[in-house]
Amino acid sequence: MYHSIYDLVTGPLTWLGFGVLVLGGLFRMVSLYSLAKKKDASSIAYNKAKYGIRSILHWITPFGTLGWKENPVITVVTFVFHICLLATPIFLGAHIDLWDLNFGVSWPALPDHVADIMTVLVIAAGCFFAYRRVVDKTVAFVTTWKDWFALCVTMGPFITGFLAYHQIFNYQFMIVLHVITGIAWLLFIPFGRLSHAILGWYSRVYIASEFQGVRHAKDW
Amino acid sequence: MYNEIFDRKIEDVGLQTGIDRLTPEKIEKTVKQVLEGETGAKLKVYHDTCVRCGMCAKACHFYQSHLEPSYSPVAKIHQSIGVLIEKDGKVGPDFIYQCAQIAYTECNLCRRCVHYCPLGIDTAYMMSTMRRICHKLGVTPQYIQDTAHSHSATMNQMWVKDDEWVDSLLWQEEEARDEFPDMRIPLDVDGVDFLYSVIGPEPKFRTHLIYQAAAIFHEAGANWTMPSEPGWDNSDMAMFSGDFEMMGRLKRAHFECAQKLHVKRIVMGECGHAFRSIYDQGNRWLGWKDYPVEVVHSVEFFTELFKAGKIKMKAKHPGIATIQDPCNIIRGRGLYDHLRFLAHEVCEEIVEMAPNGEHNYCCAAGGGIINCGPPFKNVRMSGNKAKADQLKAAYDKGARTILAPCHNCHGGLEDIIHHYGIDMEIKFLGDIIYANMVKTKAVEE
Ligand code: HEM
Ligand code: SF4
Ligand code: SF4
Repeated sequence: MYHSIYDLVTGPLTWLGFGVLVLGGLFRMVSLYSLAKKKDASSIAYNKAKYGIRSILHWITPFGTLGWKENPVITVVTFVFHICLLATPIFLGAHIDLWDLNFGVSWPALPDHVADIMTVLVIAAGCFFAYRRVVDKTVAFVTTWKDWFALCVTMGPFITGFLAYHQIFNYQFMIVLHVITGIAWLLFIPFGRLSHAILGWYSRVYIASEFQGVRHAKDW
Repeated sequence: MYNEIFDRKIEDVGLQTGIDRLTPEKIEKTVKQVLEGETGAKLKVYHDTCVRCGMCAKACHFYQSHLEPSYSPVAKIHQSIGVLIEKDGKVGPDFIYQCAQIAYTECNLCRRCVHYCPLGIDTAYMMSTMRRICHKLGVTPQYIQDTAHSHSATMNQMWVKDDEWVDSLLWQEEEARDEFPDMRIPLDVDGVDFLYSVIGPEPKFRTHLIYQAAAIFHEAGANWTMPSEPGWDNSDMAMFSGDFEMMGRLKRAHFECAQKLHVKRIVMGECGHAFRSIYDQGNRWLGWKDYPVEVVHSVEFFTELFKAGKIKMKAKHPGIATIQDPCNIIRGRGLYDHLRFLAHEVCEEIVEMAPNGEHNYCCAAGGGIINCGPPFKNVRMSGNKAKADQLKAAYDKGARTILAPCHNCHGGLEDIIHHYGIDMEIKFLGDIIYANMVKTKAVEE
């Protein structure tokens, strides 16, 4: 019973997750780009890689922009959150072992205790975001179920992964839950709030070109 | 939720009359028409990806002044167009009142918040789209709608009749006889270096600005003209009321009046929104990536005159001045260096406001808010304590003059200094240049 569930989630369902991530992501990018060409021609006419790259370099630098400077706490938490969020699943030893086992590819892994700390950092940052959504009136005012959903989907695999790794509660149950929440991650990145991971780059390049190209001004 | 918190409804006869004529069906149809017909990926992506982090809150002078959640940029979206998108336009007339009040009177479309949003979300674009929907629903504040009506009836903002326009120019020419005996305000001269265009309020009640500009051009030996035909007014309240068709007609008339006269370029007076309408919105509506006739703002043109040595100052403006960077020419068109160069050429000493340049705070008059008239004056006053604080800080450093090369900034700051009791005077560049330049062609005093 357990093995068949485990095989199901790590087999076909994981394929489904990656499939939706890649195909869904591509679909969103292509369909939105063609919509932009059709409807926003007067906006995207100014798009230039030079403008986009300049802007992205500023915005991926902590405190590199006015927005980051004026919100120092969010800046630190956001950078820690996102770096750990992306690096931990990619460089976790156990994940790389799976890639090696199934596809024969591998790359250097993070030491397990470092990955563990990074997981804790993601959870802590997530708790901070949740705290803001309730306590900070400005954020609470604009928060909807979509934001809670995005936060929960994002946190799921980290919480379950942490519990499984430390063998808190039932390991077998946790690991299945971990895989399922991980798949949810992949499923939802192309859509809704989490699509900022893919589409944010586009809106950045666009507004960078709008500012630098049309307005001759910085967008940071 | 939003509706419960929106407790600041202001009575406006234009908004109310429009609302009284609405039905839910009409709202739904119009919202869909605009969302599906006129917007595309931009709006969708902004709506989907805004992570509601609230980082943009601090950007907005309305939020900074009230420190109240419902004034943050993202909250403006959340209480208006965001709901229309989510509900596919299925909202009642009262909700549209709220949308209109927020979009027309609580956002200057100044785009300061873009500097704060990591995802590059353009709240001003969302608010502009909201106004577009309101315009199509016939729900617009009375005063700004009146200027839009004037635009469509007369092609100028102030109901100036064709003969009154020419009369005002002749009058100013005559006024100049005592000071500059051979100064002309050339009309419809073909093929000259530039056509000078102004906004409707100049002939209406700020004619001395035309006099001053003509005196500066005269002193510089410029080869210029003004048009006698409609198209002379470069202002554009239709752009802010959401009447984009009218915006297009206005800009076409403006460009065409320069083309008919075969001038090399257009020089615009010291106005911000008119400039925005030719480099940003009107030109694009007409399908021009740039524009059919080169256009420069006074700030650029005066810089040229000073750099070429065509205008020299007899004395600099005394005392300490500070600079109001108009959103539409600084954050909007990167004329920061030009303005700093000029400010230091014409003023004895400058102290800067903080923040300044492309990070400046709007005067709260821009984006058409001041044109929404008396009912909303206090929205601008209470909503720009941030600017009053900046001005007070500059005052404490000794500044008594505010240099503001924009009509809207003038109107907005004039109200702010009175409201907050700040003892400063506001000047156009033209005021200072005219008053203090070397006048080689003037009658000896
Ligand atoms: C790789 C590109 C990505 C970029 C550039 C990016 C950027 C951002 C930015 C700028 C914010 C707003 C600041 C904040 O509140 O922290 C944000 C928030 C957020 N991001 Fe990302 N992100 C990326 C990927 C992801 C991914 C892959 C996920 C999860 C699947 C994710 C989950 C979140 C969540 C949940 C928030 C909201 C935090 C809150 O509740 O305030 N992001 N992201
Ligand atoms: S800063 Fe941008 S992403 Fe964050 S709430 Fe404001 S508009 Fe949304
Ligand atoms: S007034 Fe300016 S800063 Fe405030 S929401 Fe509008 S565009 Fe953004």
